[in-house]
Amino acid sequence: MPSLDHIFHALSDPTRRAILTRLMEGEATVDELCKPFNVSQPSISRHLKVLEEAGMISARIAGTARPRRIEPAAFGAIADWLGRYRAVWEDNYMRLDGLLDDLKDKDGKQ
Amino acid sequence: MTLTPLTMTTPTETTIEIVRRFNAPKAHVWRAHTDPDLVKRWLTGPPGHRMPECEIDLRVGGKYRYVWEWADGRMVASGVFREIEPETQLLLTEVFDVFPDNETLVEQRFAERNGQTTVTMSLHYDSKATRDGVLQSPMEEGLEASYQNLDATLAEVP
Repeated sequence: MPSLDHIFHALSDPTRRAILTRLMEGEATVDELCKPFNVSQPSISRHLKVLEEAGMISARIAGTARPRRIEPAAFGAIADWLGRYRAVWEDNYMRLDGLLDDLKDKDGKQ
Repeated sequence: MTLTPLTMTTPTETTIEIVRRFNAPKAHVWRAHTDPDLVKRWLTGPPGHRMPECEIDLRVGGKYRYVWEWADGRMVASGVFREIEPETQLLLTEVFDVFPDNETLVEQRFAERNGQTTVTMSLHYDSKATRDGVLQSPMEEGLEASYQNLDATLAEVP
């Protein structure tokens, strides 16, 4: 099960983000991905491995080629995480509202 | 009293931005973010969590350390202050002990208008940007766009 840590690492590189953008349009083979990025085949393969380990893309076998495609589940994991993260900050900031009211009261009394 | 709900956006693939307005002057909001005794009272996280330890050495190069505890767990966040502009901006690194290899760059901006203070927090998950301490141009564009949003937001304040 890929962690969000893997996903953020996968997203931290501009070439990998560009690969994901390309795959959003549809599946592509390593050869097809090499051309627009002007990067060597081993380099693209390394990036694809990182994306695969993060669960963001998957490969299928088509003859001798292994076209890669987007895995929507990973993007769902990001959305879930963002939702939980948002909830934590909503809680934090509600408490901060209360604390700031206390500070104001204290200043008023001085 | 909550004046505005929190807004959360992702201006780039590796940036999360949270904006929230508070009914308090900037000086109070700044103290609440930088005085350990005050931070402990609100930055406690999800229900059931508490912050038993909080250390803040508020100077450039100074370290901070937050410890959260809950029924069956404990987590530590720590980092270094990169830039400090009193009551205006903080730039700091953040590492959680559970993800020791992932350093995040956190930017917090404080802007007061008509006695209310808007806090804009940007979390940059781009490891390269964090390492170099340089924000890439798409992020700058994203931030610029959000500052325009902030302007618009603040303009709405009566």
